[in-house]
Amino acid sequence: MSITLSEKDNGYIEGFAGFKKNAPGSDLDWLQSIREQAIAKFSELGFPTIQDEDWRFTNVAPIARSSFNILENGHDKVSASDLTQFQFEHTEVTELVFINGHYSKELSKDGTLPEGVIVKNLADAIESEQKIVKDNLAKYADFKDEAFTALNTAFMEDGGFVYIPKGIVVETPIHLLYISTDEDTPSITNPRNLIIAEDNSQANVIEHYTSMTDNIYLSNVVTEIVVGENSTIGHYMIELESKKAFNISTLRVQQARSSNIRSHSVLLGGSLVRNNVHPVLAGEGCDSLINGLYMSSHRQHMDNYMKVEHASPHCDSRQLYNGILDGRSRGVFHGRIIVHEDAQKTDAKQTNRNLLLSDTAQIDTKPQLEIYADDVKCTHGATIGQIDENALFYLRSRGISKDNARDIILHAFTNETLESMSVDSVKNYCYKLVTNWFDQRKENQEA
Amino acid sequence: MLEIKNLHASVEGQEILKGLNLIINAGEVHSIMGPNGSGKSTLAQVLAGRDSYEVTEGEIIFEGKNLLELAPEERACEGIFMAFQYPVEIPGVANTHLLREALNSVRKYRGEEPLKHIEFVKFANEKMKIMNMGDNLLKRAVNEGFSGGEKKKNEIFQMQILEPKLAILDETDSGLDIDALKVVSEGVNALRSPERGFLVITHYQRLLDYIVPDFVHVLVDGKIVKTGGKELALELEDKGYGWIEEEKTAANS
Repeated sequence: MSITLSEKDNGYIEGFAGFKKNAPGSDLDWLQSIREQAIAKFSELGFPTIQDEDWRFTNVAPIARSSFNILENGHDKVSASDLTQFQFEHTEVTELVFINGHYSKELSKDGTLPEGVIVKNLADAIESEQKIVKDNLAKYADFKDEAFTALNTAFMEDGGFVYIPKGIVVETPIHLLYISTDEDTPSITNPRNLIIAEDNSQANVIEHYTSMTDNIYLSNVVTEIVVGENSTIGHYMIELESKKAFNISTLRVQQARSSNIRSHSVLLGGSLVRNNVHPVLAGEGCDSLINGLYMSSHRQHMDNYMKVEHASPHCDSRQLYNGILDGRSRGVFHGRIIVHEDAQKTDAKQTNRNLLLSDTAQIDTKPQLEIYADDVKCTHGATIGQIDENALFYLRSRGISKDNARDIILHAFTNETLESMSVDSVKNYCYKLVTNWFDQRKENQEA
Repeated sequence: MLEIKNLHASVEGQEILKGLNLIINAGEVHSIMGPNGSGKSTLAQVLAGRDSYEVTEGEIIFEGKNLLELAPEERACEGIFMAFQYPVEIPGVANTHLLREALNSVRKYRGEEPLKHIEFVKFANEKMKIMNMGDNLLKRAVNEGFSGGEKKKNEIFQMQILEPKLAILDETDSGLDIDALKVVSEGVNALRSPERGFLVITHYQRLLDYIVPDFVHVLVDGKIVKTGGKELALELEDKGYGWIEEEKTAANS
């Protein structure tokens, strides 16, 4: 039986009643209780509006107005050969594939993982790794104040579960690949990822959201990463949704002492995209690198909402987000840095650079520093501009053609955020996506 | 090699060059001096093809071609090189990347095969020794975070890589200390040859102790008002530009 969610006629609450009966782990009281609390919060909060300060620049009315189906399964619509376009070359990976939000064992593949490392889908992990899941799931991502997180938490079914034991280094990347298939009516998925890295461990996890067609759907993603002491986690978010899709994703990272997170977002697809990144530097001496690249065209809307929370002394955070906006697209960068009272010797830096390629593209960039400690270093900077004519002329005066010079400058701009990716195969994949974007743009201009 | 006839150029509607004439033959080094605002840099920018400068009258013939019809990159490929007064910083583009792209663009224009990576590195390394530059300047982003001296050295280094027919130095000496000035001058002198012309634009005579010109022209209010040998530069250093401007006023009245 398919479940339909809509704001009309209490559709979300009614849908939930139907959903919870057959949801994974429906026999677990603790889990059902979280879901119950979340749906209660969601119905209380409702979808945010532009009156909410955090949503001032992004109107989610198109989502609120829609009704979405929760799909049963779509494995039969995708074959292994369909996946190759979304895979990384020359690299051994552990890959979990989700079709319309549901795990596909047939399409997924096991990589070689060190002993004790667990990579499996969350629906299974709820049963088999119940203690770890129970101790961490929904403990960090705030479903009490954030509507989309509440919605995800109420309707979470499946996603990636990654557990790295103490002292283990996972060399090969872990790929969580989400694919939406062609459906007649708009659909919703609520991917829920839980990544636990115990002390002194290391791994790279890639979330990847793609589609096979141009249909309308909502991916409402929540990912929680718990980084143990002295551990390093690389997180990649590659958003390649269909042209008509909505993608709302929330990354919540909890960092213990001396831990290190390297977060990379690459946003290219979707009609309405919101990328929430929220690390809490909870232990002393943490390091956060938060990089992103957003490239929009036509009428795409891409909103990046950063909330970097310094909660302990001697932590460093570095944010670098670059945006390229074309057509009538609109970008948002909202960069909050919160330095708590105890977080002395914080060193936080935020940079947001934007290139507008058309007269009709628009960007809103807003730094927001909330500092409650007195011995900190916080800097922020934002730029908005066109391609630098001086740089263009300089290159041309050296014999480089105008087109080539433009390409060099644009690629340099995108590379600034991509070059810090430590997994080469993923970096190369992203380089390719960016090159395709530029090629597509040229084709459109010539047409 | 280069013939400038009755050149008038304006920027934002204001006429800066007001009928400039100049002939540079292969093998010659010409220096242009003049007070601030006389049009020295405008001349350099017009030659390089900056489109914010509008040529309203006159012509520029370079090696038999109408230079004003060529795009900046075509001029570069034809053999014109301008060392910028204020070299531009280009974040994210490695110096080597720029140089290789530039060199191979020029080679392609001439119908030559592009240099392979290894050949290029060898070629660049030879030139780097002349300029006394560290490896790291090659790997770093173009001019980003370079000191004033490093930027100017980098300009001359690029010039050595591209081996132009006509080299234009737009106040390359401004702001350099004596050590950097010597390195830059040595770099320029290493390129002097019977096939190559130089146009050295400067505000200060000091540079001309190191790059000794064949001709010195004085540019005042958009026109060349006096031409002489290298001793003219010394005279200017000594007496300033006032006497020339007075001479000009006297001649006009």
